[in-house]
Amino acid sequence: MYLQQLVNGLTLGSTYALIALGYTMVYGIIQLINFAHGEVYMIGAFVGLIMVAVYKVNFFLAMLAAMAVCVPLAVLIERVAYRPLRRSTRLAPLISAIGVSIFLQTLVTLMEGPNPKGFPQVIEDTVYVFGPVQFSKVQVIILVLAALLMLLLQYTVKYTRMGKAMRATSEDYETASLMGINVNRVISFTFALGAALAAAGGVLVGMYFNSIYPLMGVTVGLKSFCAAVLGGIGSIPGAVLGGMFLGVAEVFGVAVGFDTYRDAIAFGLLILVLLFKPTGLLGMPIQRKV
Amino acid sequence: MEFLLDIINNPYYEQVLTMMGIYLIAALGLNLITGYTGQFSFGHAAFMSIGAYSSALMTLKMHTPFLVNLLAGGLIAAFCGILLAFPSMRLTGDYLGITTLGFGEIVRVLFINMEITGGAIGLAGIPKETDFVTVFVLVILSVWGLYRIVNSRFGRALAAIREDEIAAETMGVNALMYKVESFSIGCFLAGISGGLYAHSLQYINPSDFGFAKSFELLNFVVIGGLGSIPGTVLGTAVLSLAPEFLRFVKEYRMLIYGALMVAMMVFRPNGILGGVNLGDLFRRLKRRTKPPAAASGGA
Repeated sequence: MYLQQLVNGLTLGSTYALIALGYTMVYGIIQLINFAHGEVYMIGAFVGLIMVAVYKVNFFLAMLAAMAVCVPLAVLIERVAYRPLRRSTRLAPLISAIGVSIFLQTLVTLMEGPNPKGFPQVIEDTVYVFGPVQFSKVQVIILVLAALLMLLLQYTVKYTRMGKAMRATSEDYETASLMGINVNRVISFTFALGAALAAAGGVLVGMYFNSIYPLMGVTVGLKSFCAAVLGGIGSIPGAVLGGMFLGVAEVFGVAVGFDTYRDAIAFGLLILVLLFKPTGLLGMPIQRKV
Repeated sequence: MEFLLDIINNPYYEQVLTMMGIYLIAALGLNLITGYTGQFSFGHAAFMSIGAYSSALMTLKMHTPFLVNLLAGGLIAAFCGILLAFPSMRLTGDYLGITTLGFGEIVRVLFINMEITGGAIGLAGIPKETDFVTVFVLVILSVWGLYRIVNSRFGRALAAIREDEIAAETMGVNALMYKVESFSIGCFLAGISGGLYAHSLQYINPSDFGFAKSFELLNFVVIGGLGSIPGTVLGTAVLSLAPEFLRFVKEYRMLIYGALMVAMMVFRPNGILGGVNLGDLFRRLKRRTKPPAAASGGA
């Protein structure tokens, strides 16, 4: 029973983690809470739905299509709404992010209607049993794909030239640009990477929960951001840890009988953790310099 | 003049202006916290809801006079503000922002799960006590009070904390105390605003005060201009009237509203009146218009 809940929690958690990675990478590089990220995830889910329902493509192609739409979208958002504000007060890009998110929510509502839509059953309902634990095929796909994408991300950040540039930019924006790194390209690349993960997350969640609607990005976006902060914002392993932690906590919270408090669990945990560890579980302590 | 009377006599305009005033009071409180003290608060609507529910419940269950309930709502909100601020004001920047956001969501979920607040159905049948005149008087009082605060020793300490917290502390400013005090004053105004809201719409629901409302309040303050009282007034006026003016575009209304927010930030990142000193502006205008005035006097 507990093991089963753990599996469900990890499945939910890995979708949070996929989205949280986008928040954490963007924050790590330009210290911006990208509130439009939840909307990128929502659009990914819708593109996946349209591909599967209308064009009858297989599920993996649908996910690639969702990425192909979300990546340019996120780069465009950054170009239009954040880049002009890079040198202004911290709150200005935040407000502009909220503007983008209202815009995208309304746009999708106008195009697709406000009501939740179901996802066609493209994955058959096979259940694998391992001792006391059951995995549905969807859960296996989510867990495996999420793990693969995270490994791929880890590889990109750790071992590629672009990844090195990303790490340099997040460490010191000014110095990185003095060292000949094209900072604008690095930032665009970061948004693209985050959007690809969010699009994958959107399609996976759409398939798992079978409900897609224009405001779906709001709560999930906030919770994933919570996950990123919980793990220590700016830290990639932190986002994964935070996402898993939140997913498991939420599933156990509901199982124990706090289901009406479901949305408060994430925030309650977050506040508790921040009070004892102000920069999250894996965050570096902030040094106050004079 | 007749036009003005028409506006006040027209129930639609009266309602729109009343709501604008109500939001303005909350936005002024947020401006004290974010604009003058430099502390992020992404959960200001939660304090509105605390004020709204406490004053509405007092009216419904205890039948105490409206103004007493309003004041009590504000004080309860301020008290909750202190409770939140003491532990969380040690956090900085975005961490504080996300904590207040989390607090706001927790308050909302609590109100949904509590029996006395009517749960998710909300609280209905609150008598209509808020009128335009009350709101107008309270707006004037809040603006006056805020001017007094920011131009006092206390206000200068807040500005010092905003500019450089460590430097302020070295100068003997107890940053934590000042931040908590400023936060609780901001929450008090939000509580008053919530009480007015409840007694104006006569119905409140926890989802009225979600994080979307908190960010709406933040928009008023940032788009008007952080740390500027006329800016907050202008920002609230523009943004709370914009959806009304945009009614003719029907379903594209929120689309334009979102695009407008991005455009306003891109073209004026410091807000409409950010960094503008109205007093100086008037003096400069006066100087510029003086010579022609003298010339016409001579002729």
